[in-house]
This record gives sequence, C-alpha cells and structure tokens, in this order.
Amino acid sequence: MDFTAAVLLSVIAAATPLLFAATGELVTEKSGVLNLGVEGMMLVGAVGAFSTAAATGNPWLAILVGAGAGAAVSLIFAFLTLSLLTNQVATGLALTLFGVGLSASIGQGFVGTPMRPLPKLAIPGLSEVPLIGPLLFGHDPLVYLSILLLAGVWRFLYRSRPGLVLRAVGESHEAAHAIGYPVIAIRYGAVAFGGAMAGLGGAYLPLAYTPMWIENMTAGRGWIALALVVFATWRPGRVLLGAYLFGGVTILQLHVQAGGVGVASQLMSMLPYLATIAVLVLISRDATRIRLNAPADIGKVFHPQA
Amino acid sequence: MLLRLEPRGEASRAMIWLTPVLSILLTLTFGAILFAALGFDPLRALAAYFIRPVSTLYGLGELALKATPLAMIGVGLALGFRANVWNIGAEGQFTMGAICGGGVALIFHDTEGFWVLPLMALAGIAGGMAYGAIPALLRTRFNANEILTSLMLTYVATLFLSYLVHGPWRDPKGLNFPETRMFNASAQLPGLLDGTRFNLGAIVALLVVAAGWLLLARGFIGYQIKVVGQAPKAAAFAGFDQNRIVWFSFLVGGGLAGLAGLIEVAGAIGQLHPRISPGYGFTAIIVAFLGRLHPVGILAAALMIALSYLGGEAAQIEMRLPLAITGVFQGVLLFFLLGTDVLIRYRVRFGRPATSRGG
Amino acid sequence: MDAPGAPAVARLELKGISKSFPGVKANEAVDLILMQGAIHALLGENGAGKSTLVKIVYGVMRADAGEILWNGQAVDIGSPAAARRLGIGLVFQHFSLFESLTVAENIALGMDEKIPMRTLTQRIGEVSARYGLSLDPGRHVHSLSMGERQRVEIVRCLLQNPSLLIMDEPTSVLTPQEADRLFTTLRRLAAEGCTILYISHKLEEIRALCSRATVMRGGRVVADCDPRAQSANSLAETMIGSAMAAPVRADAAEPGARRLAVAGLSLPADDPFGVALQDISFDVRAGEIVGIAGVAGNGQIELLKALSGERRLENGSRAILLDSKPVGDLGPRERRLRGLAFLPEERLGRGAVPEMSLAENSILGGYRCDGLIEGGLIHPDVARRFASDIIDGYRVVARGPQAQAKSLSGGNLQKYMIGREILQRPGVLLAAHPTWGVDAGAAAAIHRALIELARSGSAVLVVSEDLDELFAISDRLAVINRGRLSEARPTREMTVEQAGLLMGGVTGAKEPSGRGRAGHVA
Repeated sequence: MDFTAAVLLSVIAAATPLLFAATGELVTEKSGVLNLGVEGMMLVGAVGAFSTAAATGNPWLAILVGAGAGAAVSLIFAFLTLSLLTNQVATGLALTLFGVGLSASIGQGFVGTPMRPLPKLAIPGLSEVPLIGPLLFGHDPLVYLSILLLAGVWRFLYRSRPGLVLRAVGESHEAAHAIGYPVIAIRYGAVAFGGAMAGLGGAYLPLAYTPMWIENMTAGRGWIALALVVFATWRPGRVLLGAYLFGGVTILQLHVQAGGVGVASQLMSMLPYLATIAVLVLISRDATRIRLNAPADIGKVFHPQA
Repeated sequence: MLLRLEPRGEASRAMIWLTPVLSILLTLTFGAILFAALGFDPLRALAAYFIRPVSTLYGLGELALKATPLAMIGVGLALGFRANVWNIGAEGQFTMGAICGGGVALIFHDTEGFWVLPLMALAGIAGGMAYGAIPALLRTRFNANEILTSLMLTYVATLFLSYLVHGPWRDPKGLNFPETRMFNASAQLPGLLDGTRFNLGAIVALLVVAAGWLLLARGFIGYQIKVVGQAPKAAAFAGFDQNRIVWFSFLVGGGLAGLAGLIEVAGAIGQLHPRISPGYGFTAIIVAFLGRLHPVGILAAALMIALSYLGGEAAQIEMRLPLAITGVFQGVLLFFLLGTDVLIRYRVRFGRPATSRGG
Repeated sequence: MDAPGAPAVARLELKGISKSFPGVKANEAVDLILMQGAIHALLGENGAGKSTLVKIVYGVMRADAGEILWNGQAVDIGSPAAARRLGIGLVFQHFSLFESLTVAENIALGMDEKIPMRTLTQRIGEVSARYGLSLDPGRHVHSLSMGERQRVEIVRCLLQNPSLLIMDEPTSVLTPQEADRLFTTLRRLAAEGCTILYISHKLEEIRALCSRATVMRGGRVVADCDPRAQSANSLAETMIGSAMAAPVRADAAEPGARRLAVAGLSLPADDPFGVALQDISFDVRAGEIVGIAGVAGNGQIELLKALSGERRLENGSRAILLDSKPVGDLGPRERRLRGLAFLPEERLGRGAVPEMSLAENSILGGYRCDGLIEGGLIHPDVARRFASDIIDGYRVVARGPQAQAKSLSGGNLQKYMIGREILQRPGVLLAAHPTWGVDAGAAAAIHRALIELARSGSAVLVVSEDLDELFAISDRLAVINRGRLSEARPTREMTVEQAGLLMGGVTGAKEPSGRGRAGHVA
C-alpha cells in the first residue's frame, strides 16, 4: 500500500467517530433539542464497547453495547429535559461530566489493556488495486456503517414523511403540537438516536482507532462533533465534508509531528481545536445563514397545556 | 401520561432552597446503593467518604483549600449563567491564570519582595481575563457559540501548559520531570494556620463571595444580568446592551478563574506542572448550579463539592475505588438538582387528569 | 343561509362542556348546537373561553366534563387527528405553520393520509382554483403575507373535505377587502353543506356573515341568538355584560411643536424573514395621537425597533428627530433619557420580565427615575414605591409590588406598563397594539390614558392592526404596507374602505396606478 493511500485511510479512520457523533447530533438538533452531552455519551459508548469486547472477545456485540450504552445515558438527558423541563444546556453539561466520571471509573481496570482491532474488509483482488482498492475496500466495517447511516439520515430527513414531521417539530413545537403530532415522543426518539450514534462513535475509538483503553480517550471529539453540526449548517452532506476535513487536520498534525518539524508536539496538537474555533467563526459570522438553517425551536423548553 | 406537571401561579420560594438539600439526599441514597452493590457496608462507606476526611484540623484546612477555587470560579460563572452566557472554559482560564501568575514567579525567582505576590495576582487575573476575552470577542463580533469556543480553548490552554513545563519552563534540575522550579518564598501564599495548608486564598474567596452577593442583590449591572438572562427581549426593550453583558461575564468569570489558578499554584502547589487542576473549572459549573447561582449558596456548594473530592481521595485509599467515581457522584448530583428544579415552578401530579365523560 | 332541507340532527352538539386550569374556570357547562350548512358565530371577549372550547372540539385538549355529539353520536375526540377523521377542520388564529418549510410540505403535515407530493401539489391547485384561494405550493411560508398564510391553512383544511370548518378570529390578519373575499369563500362552502363555526369579537362582520350566534362570557354561554336581528350595541352589551363605554375621544387640541419627526427612513431587513423599511416619513406633534394601521408583517416590528432604538441607524442619525435633536444613531437607553417611552406589543418577556416582581419590573422601564439608582446600586424601597404608585394610579389589580408580573392578567399588566411609562412624563410615547388581547374595561382605560397623555402635551404614536381602535382614538392616520408608509391624514377625513385599500397596497385615488403598486393586491 502506498503512502497516499495510507494517509487517506488514516484520515477516514480519524473522521469516522466524528461522523457517527455529528450525524446523531444532527438528528437530535433537527428535532429541536440541543444535547451538549455528546462527549459524555461517546465516552460511555467507548467504555461499554471496550469492556464488552474485553469480557466476551466479540467485537460485534461490543459495537451493539456501545450504541446501547450511548442511547441509555441519552435517555437520562431526554427524561430530564423533555419530561422534567430542565435547561438543555445545563443538562447536557451534566451528562458530559457524568459520562467522563462513569467511563473513567469503569475503565480504570482496563487502562493499558490492548485490544485486537476490528478486522479490515479485504476482498482478494479488489483491495489490492493501487490507491482505489484500499480506499474503497480497505476499511473496517464501521467506516462503511457510518457512511450508510449518514445517507440513511439524509434520506429520512428529506425524502420521508416521518423525517418531515421531525423537522417540523424542531421548527415549531407549538404548531406541531396544535396539528396533533406527539412532540415529546418524537424528541425522545431523536435524542435516543443521537445517543446511540455518539455511542457508536465512542465505540469506534477503542475497537478500531486506538485499540486499547485510555482514560478520556475522546479528547474533545464530542465537542468537535457539536461544532461540526454548526459548520454543516444542519445539512447531512456537509457533515460528511466537515468530518473528513477534521480527520484530515488530525492526521496532518500527526504527520507533521512524526516528520520531526521543529515545533513541539503540544503545539501541533492544538491544531484540531484551533481549527474548530476558526471554522465556527467563519460559519457563524453569517447570521442570516444560521437563521435560515438552524431549527427555529432548538433548545427551547416545550410544555403543552394539558 | 404517567407524570403531569401543573404550573404554579408563582415560583415556590421554599422549593428554591429545599431542592438542593433534596438532591444531596438523593445523591447520598444513590451512593449508598452503589456502595452496597459494590459489596461495601453503605453506612461505613458513606462515613469514610463524607465524614472522616473532615474529622481533623488538617482535613478542614484541606476542605477550605479545595473549596477556594470552586467558590471563586463558581461565583464568576454564576454571573454569566444568569445572563445565559455559557462560559464552559473556566478550566482554561484557570490554567492561563496559573501560567501568567506562575510566569511572574519564575521571572522573579531570584528576587525577594512583598510586591511579588500582588504582581502575580494581577498577572493571574489578567491572564484569565484575556483568555476569557477571546470567546467574548468571537461571540459579540462573529456570533460564534461561546460554549464551543471557550471549551476548545480549554484544550489549547492545557496543551500550552504542558508545552511550557515540558519545554522552556522545565526545571533544569528537575530530573526531566515536566515541572517548573518551586516558587521562592515571597512568591508563595502565606499559610494562616499551623499544621494545615489553609492560606490567604480562602479569605480572598470569601471576599469574592461577598462582592458577588452585593453585585447581584443590589447592583444595577446585576439587575441587567438577570434581565438579559430571563428575558432578552425585555433587556433590548430597556436598552441594556447584551454584548456588554457578554463581555462583563467573560471578563469577570475569566478574571476570577485566573485568580483561582494563581492561588492554586502559589498556595497549594508552589510550582507549575501539567496536573494543577483536578477539573476545578468544570466542577465549578456544578457548584454554581448547586448554589442556585447565588453567591452564598455557591459558598455552601463549594464546601460540599470540596468534601466530595476529599471523600473520593479517601475512598481511593481505603476502599480502592477509582478516583473518578467522584465525577460520577458530581454528575448524579447535578442530574438530581436539575430534575428537582421542576418542583419550583410546577406541581407534580401522577396519572391522568380526572375526566368524567358522558356517553 | 340555512339549507332548507337540513336534517333535524345537529352536525355537532356540545353538552355541558367544562374545563378548568389552575385558578381559572375556562369553560363552565357550555352547550352549543351547530346545524349543517350554518355559519354559526361564537362571540366573546378575550378570555371568555372561546379558544379553550375550540381546542376541546379539535382534540388538542380534553374537557374535564361534558359530552360531544357528532351527527347525533357520542364521540371521544382524543387528538386533532381524530377530529380530522370525523371531518372537523380548524384554521388557527396564530397559524400552525412552519416558516422554513414550503407550502406543500406544510399542507402535507396537516394531512393524515399519505399522499405523494405530486398528487398533493395537483390537489392544492384544484382546491385553490375552486375557492379562489391562489397559492404557489413550492414557496416557503416565511415569504408569504399574512393573508397568504391564512390561505395555506384554509386549503389544508379543505383538502380533507371537512363537514365542519372552524375559523378562529380569521379577519384579524386581513384587510377589509381581503375579509370580504374570505366571506365569499365561506358562504360558498356553507352553501355546499359545510358547517362553519366562526369565532370573533367583531360584531359588524358577525352580523353580516352569520345566521346564528352563541355569546360567551367568563367561560359560560350567556346568549344564543340570530345576530342579524340584533343591533351591534345590544350584541356588545351581551358580550361585555354591561353598557359599552362611550367613545372617549375629546376634540383634538391645536397640535403643538413637532416632538417626533421621521424623514426618509430606509432600513434593510436585519432578518431573512423580515421586511425592509422604505423611505418612511411622518411626524407626531405635541398634543396629538397619530395612528399607523396595517396588516401584521408589513414592517411594523421593524419600524418600532428603529424608533425605539433597539435597532440603531448606522448612518443617517438625522432620519429620526426627537424634539428636533437627531437620535437615529442612539440606543434605547439614550433615547429614553431624552424623553422617549415605548409600550411594546409583547407584554410578558418584552415589556416585563415574567418571573420578576412588579417592583423589580418598575426598574426595567424606569431606571432613569430620580433616586432609583445611585452609584450603580439599586434602592429597592424607591422601586417598591414607584410600583405602588403605578398600581394605585392606574387601578392595576395585583397583590402588590411583590406580585410576579406573570401573575397579572393581560389587561392589568398592560395598565401597569402604561402607568410605568406615563408616570415618567414622556415627551413621546410609542404604543404598539396597546389593547391587543385585553378585555373591554381595560381597553377603555388604556384609551383614556393615551388620550390624556396626548392632551397634556406629549406626542403619542399608536401602531395597531385594529382599525376600529385607530379610528376611535387617533387624530391622524397613516397606513404601512410592505415597508412603505402612506401619508398621515386627519382621521375624520378618512373612511375604513380607504384605509383598507391602503393596507392592501393600493395607494388609491391620490396616486392613480402611476407606480403600478395596485398589482400588489394579494
């Protein structure tokens, strides 16, 4: 495998957890709910997946548990914000703090335990075609799943009636309620989907990306995923673009470090975070664009008069 | 629907202060169940966690030491949260305050003088303020979400500190450990009580709490903060400049976090190293909410949360529990607190509304 | 208009419907019978319980007690979808539309059956052609006028072939001419056998349109009559429960100095869903009330923001003069200090902070008062006294200065806010929709206060969608349409029809079709 293909493969791998988490958060936000707990849900998904894989040796079960764990903690958030009408920003922060603590507590015994990474797809013949082969056929299954799920989300949101209803709920919960749609139930669903996707994104880290357990191994990816949704102005296609762009920044920074450029590794490691800020500023300065694309009722508490 | 919420005509004053107590009790119950599930005697475990750490004078000193940064940062954050300005980057501002203040200590390492500490304090405040000014600028000028920018800057600050202590500021005689030289005596906060690490920082924290109380209860700027947070359109109607409030919140919040960072390195630690904070900047968010965004409440909450840090350390030693379990407790406490908040404005009823339907 | 061969069984019958909210009995033992093909009015003041009753019929809320019969059968309407299945359609007063979605998507969301978009678009075309409700299915709702939005709601209902169509205050967003066209559509529907429940508090249009009227007051039915056989006055007395307050307008004093002058004010929209202001000029003199009429969404919000200072003019501070001094580049705070007062249309959340006490809320609009703030600190006792003065002076029904703003009724909060501004003796008062959603008693008190203020030498500008109100209290009247303002003319020289034409964008006799704006008639 030549160098270009190796770099591109690593870019895609770095982008995949972001893609999972941002796609899930996109759906949550489209329904009008802002869940800032992505980082926490990813960590819980990661530790759930890792501990399952360590206990059973079954990576597929581990993926399922990762998604389930993410969804389970997202339901705490859903119950608090949707049923008990708590502030979404504060509750999302609480979820992240909780997830960080929970994953570190459970994962303490696993620190340093190595893990066999997910197998890569390998189709004899096809996978060996230079550049194209590994790019199309050389990934682990979760990479394909992340792209499939993104395409599915696009189709759901823009080509299906339930997707239209979900967008309507995020646009105006009062109007949707008046017409007779179950606003709260729809939002529960959207939050749980976001949680499962964050769980998958988290699971990808110890199962495929860095096959071992490291405390706080998401390192801010949940927050970057949140920024990606803004960057994408809530459009699935741009989420894909944004995720791969950030994957690129991450890998670039690693290669520059490895290449022995005379800049300290800590300074290079700042790049993804600084890039996130730069991207946010670039997108947000156009207030009109945000206004036209952001779900109008995002973050607002909904309490129908019974 | 199982659970029904009936709005109260007016918010319940009693519930505002009862719910934090209720959520602490619920968290303790959660803790007892968790300890029992892990095979410990729940009562003994809770005692080890919450009582034994403060049964000595030294322990009380440690409590004050840990509550100091939490209360200071918490008061600063509360001002912003009241105005719906979400500064999540206090950890970064804390770190920058420690770097700037600590930098002054390192520059004047060979100089003695009463003026070194005040200069460090000023540098700490300025560092935190300057770092808080970045998200304020990005929000007011470019409309960028301050939650994400302030948080990203925290990662940057942590990396910057790591760079400094691994590189240019590393103690040349430190056996390659990533840490600076110890500050000299005139760059360290004087201890106030023999046999403890209780220092001047705790007094500063009390002053900050008092000033915060005056500002929110009587100050016109405090009033503007509350209006901007509760009803932004009413603030626009009255002519209160929202951008000014954003700037104010970030500068005060950042300055206090910076000062807290300086106090931590000039008091408890005495040098710079990569782990100067066990997440004070994030935990202060919980402190602010637990204290109802009210400075006096925040002081009580800071003591409570400081106790949970000490308890976590004790539990790690005595019960071999992971230190991170403190984070779980803190997260659960915040969940309970936010969840019980609903009681302030609503009455909770169970079951369907009574309907008598003919036909 | 009742079809002669109508069956004896009512299309919808309500028996003893009751519904309570904490502290309020919204409906108490309400009976209502609607016959096939009838246009039936449900008449009542704000807060009489009409909206609650409609929500119960449409399945948005459940009654605490009572029975609903549909074509003689007892039914349980548990959801709006169940109501639609029975054949009930509702056109909401505050539209239940989604601004960022297209007309077709909005209509699809209101349909319970799954129809492919192409078929739906075709059926929208058919229905709009048949009832004269032209619509472009592909347009986004945020780009539509209020009248067009109402058409979307009506078409959405009609696509389901309803046998009962409920219209909740439909003409509040229409020009008089648009309202006439709506009545034609409704009469046609009734002639085809559809029952129409027409909710309004406008007496004249009910007398013109409806064959039957049920009057509600305080949650109860107080009368059931044929509105055509009643005078507007007697209907009003039934609705209010006492004699109507006589019009309070005194003769206009000789207008004094120009206190507010606007010249050539143009301002691009700051919101993609907003309206740009174009070359607006008018003035308000000491001693007079100037009214600005117009259908919602024609630039009123933008004009008020520019006048109050919530949106500053980047250049051209001279476009707005306050007592002959340019203030266009000043913020609301500086303009307040120069004697401008503002009564916003939104009371809770804009004119008052809902969860703050009246004493705290007095600071919101009154911080420039003497002694309230010194050295950056608030004097709570001064704030309390100020609040007490307002409560006493303007007969605000409240527990006292410590009552939370949200615990007051709309009318009382409005009186409180007017008192707060007037007690500061403003040179100019901007009042937006001052009596929107308040009961007749409070409305009369508010009108009296505005007139007294003007007569005492202040200049008062009233922006309202209620033509009756503007004709009753303003000395001069201008009309805003698509961000342009007509010339302000003495009210007594204008007719409702002329104002209506201007509201619809016809600049009328003074400017015969010269700029082709007549084409804007929607």
